[in-house]
Amino acid sequence: MSMWRWFHKFGSPKWFFDIASRLIPWLLGTGLVLLLTGLVWGLAFAPQDYLQGNSYRIIFIHVPSAFLAQSVYLMMASAAVVTLVWKMKLADVFVQTMAPVGALLTFLALFTGAVWGKPTWGTWWVWDARLTSMLILLFLYCGVIVLGRAIADEKSSARAVAVLVLVGVVNIPIIKYSVDWWNTLHQPATFTLTKRPSMPVEMWAPLLLSVVGLYLLFGWLTCVRMQTGILVREHRTSWVRALVRSQGV
Amino acid sequence: MHPVRKKRLTIILFLVAGLGLAVGLATYAFRQNINLFYDPSQIASGEAPHDVRIRAGGMVEDGSVSRDEDSLLVRFRVTDFSSSVAMEYEGILPDLFAEGQGIVAMGRLRADGTFVADQVLAKHDENYMPPEVHEAIQRAEAKKAAAATTSSAGY
Repeated sequence: MSMWRWFHKFGSPKWFFDIASRLIPWLLGTGLVLLLTGLVWGLAFAPQDYLQGNSYRIIFIHVPSAFLAQSVYLMMASAAVVTLVWKMKLADVFVQTMAPVGALLTFLALFTGAVWGKPTWGTWWVWDARLTSMLILLFLYCGVIVLGRAIADEKSSARAVAVLVLVGVVNIPIIKYSVDWWNTLHQPATFTLTKRPSMPVEMWAPLLLSVVGLYLLFGWLTCVRMQTGILVREHRTSWVRALVRSQGV
Repeated sequence: MHPVRKKRLTIILFLVAGLGLAVGLATYAFRQNINLFYDPSQIASGEAPHDVRIRAGGMVEDGSVSRDEDSLLVRFRVTDFSSSVAMEYEGILPDLFAEGQGIVAMGRLRADGTFVADQVLAKHDENYMPPEVHEAIQRAEAKKAAAATTSSAGY
């Protein structure tokens, strides 16, 4: 029972707004430190690859953004379930404010992959299952953004977007397993939960730092963007008016 | 949980599962078209069509690469360790092209079974290591091979 009470409390915009204010400096600080350490270490100090030389270093940007691009979609899908079942406004605020961030991360993964693919594979782009399913993810993010903005009524917009997000969630396992199910040009995963990474520690340690750093920065961005979203949607409530008056905005 | 919410949740779960099943079956039906390339075994068993632009991929066989003296023509064999297919390519190969390296070639299968490629892409694997580690592994392998030949020469 207490879990449900906590869950419903979490759905209260005011409660989330206050928690987010407290989390923001911590997420930003640790996220920046970890990401910058990981990137400097990976881009400047990690050893070269025996086959690709320095061009492999793009993984320190490519892998974190590709990981997060898929995680963000899964988070949005969970929020979409909350929107449809519990009708919580906050879940829809998350989906609609964070979809552009997911789109940006997907674009970054596709772009860095193309830059790496040209010297390594010999082509910018190939229609293999991994690259194509990742492009579909970018289109899904764009669809969510456009659909959310196209419907003026808050409730119908939330419902429509949630359904689209849930329909698109089938693409996530396809992205993940495309390299195992089909012949693709993209290589299979270097990191799995069951095996040791096919990469020495002096390469994967900076990569891990960048991944964790980027997740924390995403958490920071979530707090900031959702706070803005809450202020916009709740501008008629007394607590937002009181807040605005006390801040003198 | 409130019964109405429970009902909504069940409907959503059913819809997502049904959708997943539908997409799963569709991709299963299209699996050959989703594969980026044919492997040498599929070509050997006649699965790959002749005189149609297709992709073929596999490992470049050790010791099979021969370059033409006065043109950019390269001949090599591509294997998946059970069958192999002869390939011809005229042009500049990607940096990663080497014997023992995975490649994906685009081109046509000639009637004599040779694959004439007009584009060769290098496939990178999931392994990364510093050059020193790679050298150490190669030294160890050479040592092992040398030990094997000397012990067999003793017989």
